[in-house]
Amino acid sequence: MDFNLTPEEEAFRDEVRAFLDENLPVGTNTNDQRFLADWNRKVRAKGWVGFSWPKEVGGGGGTLMQQVILKEEMAKRKAPSLGTCFMGLAWVGPAIIQYGTEAQKQRFIPEILDGKYQWCTGYSEPGAGSDLASLQCRGRRDGEAYVVNGQKIWTSIAMWSRWMILLVRTDPHSTSKHEGITCLLVEMHTPGISVRPIRNMAGGAMFAEVFFDNVRIPVVNRLGADGEGWKVTISALANERSGIAEVEGLRRALEAIKDLAGRSQRHGRPALQDPQIRRRVAKAETRIEAMRLNGMRFLTRQLRGEPLGSETSINKLHRAELEIGLGELALELEGSYGLLAKGSDLAVDGGRWQHFALSWPEVVIGGGTPNVQKNIIAERILGLPHD
Amino acid sequence: MNFGFEAEQELLRAEARKFLDQCCPMEEVRRIATTPQGFSPELWKRIAELGWPGLAVPEEYGGAGLRFIDLVVLLEETGRSLFPSPLLATTLAASAIHDAGDDVQRRRWLPGLASGATIGTLALLEASDRLDVEGVQLVAEREEAGYVLHGEKLFVLDAGSATLFVVSFRSRREREAVGLAVVELGAPGVAAESLPGIDETKRLGRLRLDGVRVRADALLGPADAAWPAVTRLLDRGAAAVTAEMIGAAEAALALTVRYAKERIQFNSPIGRFQGVKHPLAEIYVDIESFKSLLYYAAWMLDESPAQARRQVSMAKAYASEAFARTGLDAVGLHGGIGYTWEYDAQLYLKRSKWARSIFGDADWHYERVAQLGGL
Repeated sequence: MDFNLTPEEEAFRDEVRAFLDENLPVGTNTNDQRFLADWNRKVRAKGWVGFSWPKEVGGGGGTLMQQVILKEEMAKRKAPSLGTCFMGLAWVGPAIIQYGTEAQKQRFIPEILDGKYQWCTGYSEPGAGSDLASLQCRGRRDGEAYVVNGQKIWTSIAMWSRWMILLVRTDPHSTSKHEGITCLLVEMHTPGISVRPIRNMAGGAMFAEVFFDNVRIPVVNRLGADGEGWKVTISALANERSGIAEVEGLRRALEAIKDLAGRSQRHGRPALQDPQIRRRVAKAETRIEAMRLNGMRFLTRQLRGEPLGSETSINKLHRAELEIGLGELALELEGSYGLLAKGSDLAVDGGRWQHFALSWPEVVIGGGTPNVQKNIIAERILGLPHD
Repeated sequence: MNFGFEAEQELLRAEARKFLDQCCPMEEVRRIATTPQGFSPELWKRIAELGWPGLAVPEEYGGAGLRFIDLVVLLEETGRSLFPSPLLATTLAASAIHDAGDDVQRRRWLPGLASGATIGTLALLEASDRLDVEGVQLVAEREEAGYVLHGEKLFVLDAGSATLFVVSFRSRREREAVGLAVVELGAPGVAAESLPGIDETKRLGRLRLDGVRVRADALLGPADAAWPAVTRLLDRGAAAVTAEMIGAAEAALALTVRYAKERIQFNSPIGRFQGVKHPLAEIYVDIESFKSLLYYAAWMLDESPAQARRQVSMAKAYASEAFARTGLDAVGLHGGIGYTWEYDAQLYLKRSKWARSIFGDADWHYERVAQLGGL
């Protein structure tokens, strides 16, 4: 057991820190458009966008450990993201690198790295959520095109995306529901596609319904072989990492809640004199630390060349617990003031925690609900029978 | 960066597992649990030959000179087998003498503890059951050659089998005027007894000190400044118990998972039902998580003990709650069979009660996490 960095790793960390000192001085307004344009250009030049991707396709070729160091240093300084094409960088790009044709790689990878536009992900359907493989959106081969008919839902940022990675059922007669699914890369301007945003309980609209009415997708835009879409999807999602970056975000939220607790009164007493509040804060902090250390144990396994399996569900469950639990804690600390939202001069911290407490489903349900994660652990790790 | 075990540690684990599987299967655990002394002198001799009691004692004092993290590997396995022995207590007594004693004292006591010839333990708690400095009220009267101790220590691990006790006492009224002394059975006024307990594989007892003379050379450090050493012992004790909890909780989970695969109800293995499989998945998540917390805490105890405190408390707090739940679910998910004396699920439930309380429960450790985190 050894938590120290090698001299090479230390040198890389120092390089990252020096870059941040120079390009992200304290007090920088990270929402300023000119600053962001400049930042994106610089991190791209450094090779830090798509840092884990091979150099041959234009990525950074960073080692696993360097990726972790980079993420951690960036998160500590609250740096803007590395690259702007979020889903492109997270899973569309990796899937194209693994399964794409030469032409697809040359076309899409540079545009993802440069953040030319957004990608969205057309997986879930009204009848296929947790049971994704039961999807019914139909893709019928017609000459050099697939004709797509059907509907997708909960498609994040569909209304701001130019491209979509889409799963359709091309063979409705296959014996297993995991077969007969094909992955297509779809331009959102294609005639026959309509997008209808869905408003969420926090009042915003980040996701949408997407309807396909005889949409013709050229066969050259198929990713992977016909009928192998499930494999493409699964291996792309396996690019998810040990969750080290999320830990920083949760830590910051917890620090803010500790600060809130220090200013709060409950029933005429300082909140921090309430043993229950103290315990809940300590427990949340312990869970975040467990997440961090779990991530390091998973990382060690990856460094030893063992692939990550279903263990990542462990930290997803912790994250779900924390995203919900921290919001609840904050609102309870505020008492009746917790009922006042943004717009009221009496709202605490500008209504920040009201928004937080209404936003957890985005991460808690988005990547597979906690119940699905528990099934994964029970079946794939403990070996219990499928439902 | 390497948050995993080395080859030597895996070897130690494999050896321990092999020995315990062969020499102390569950029937033997149950047999030992019915004996008055609560451990097997024969097996104690065998593990002493393997060097277990002296694993973390430096070589110059007769031990193997390994680190706390190595001890964690061993204790995980003894915990997995619910191995009844004074290993944990003896290890902690040795750690107290090494940490707070001088070289003469180390030479005097450590070789005996490391070789297994002496069974040692800590006597820290009293009737108040307080882990803080106010809990130490055992009276020490100053006399020319040292101190005279009067009072009673409770919840002493393996009190019935130990012959060497590391005792905390109060030398003056001031809050932190606490000392540590080595008291040996056989000295006038020393009486120890085992008390019937909830977990028969872990014995607890009482130490009575009735005018026991402690000479200056039996004091571990100054008689009024040993509280920091006591706190370090508490950290080590909590971490050691948490290591045993990892193994015991994993064994309880494995037993219950096996049953969930075999037991048929409603024409299906019950492990297919989410009401059964989800609690098992949650237990798995919890065990993996307090494992991570404990490994890091143990590593910190070796590297920088002063900063390890909060990490230890996180691990012990999390583990105490999680293992308690594991014990309850191990019995509950089995249904009627889990409630029987013959079936092993109950043994883990009892161990979880013992482990939850020893060296601080979840409430106590979470409060310490809060305090050390600036709340």
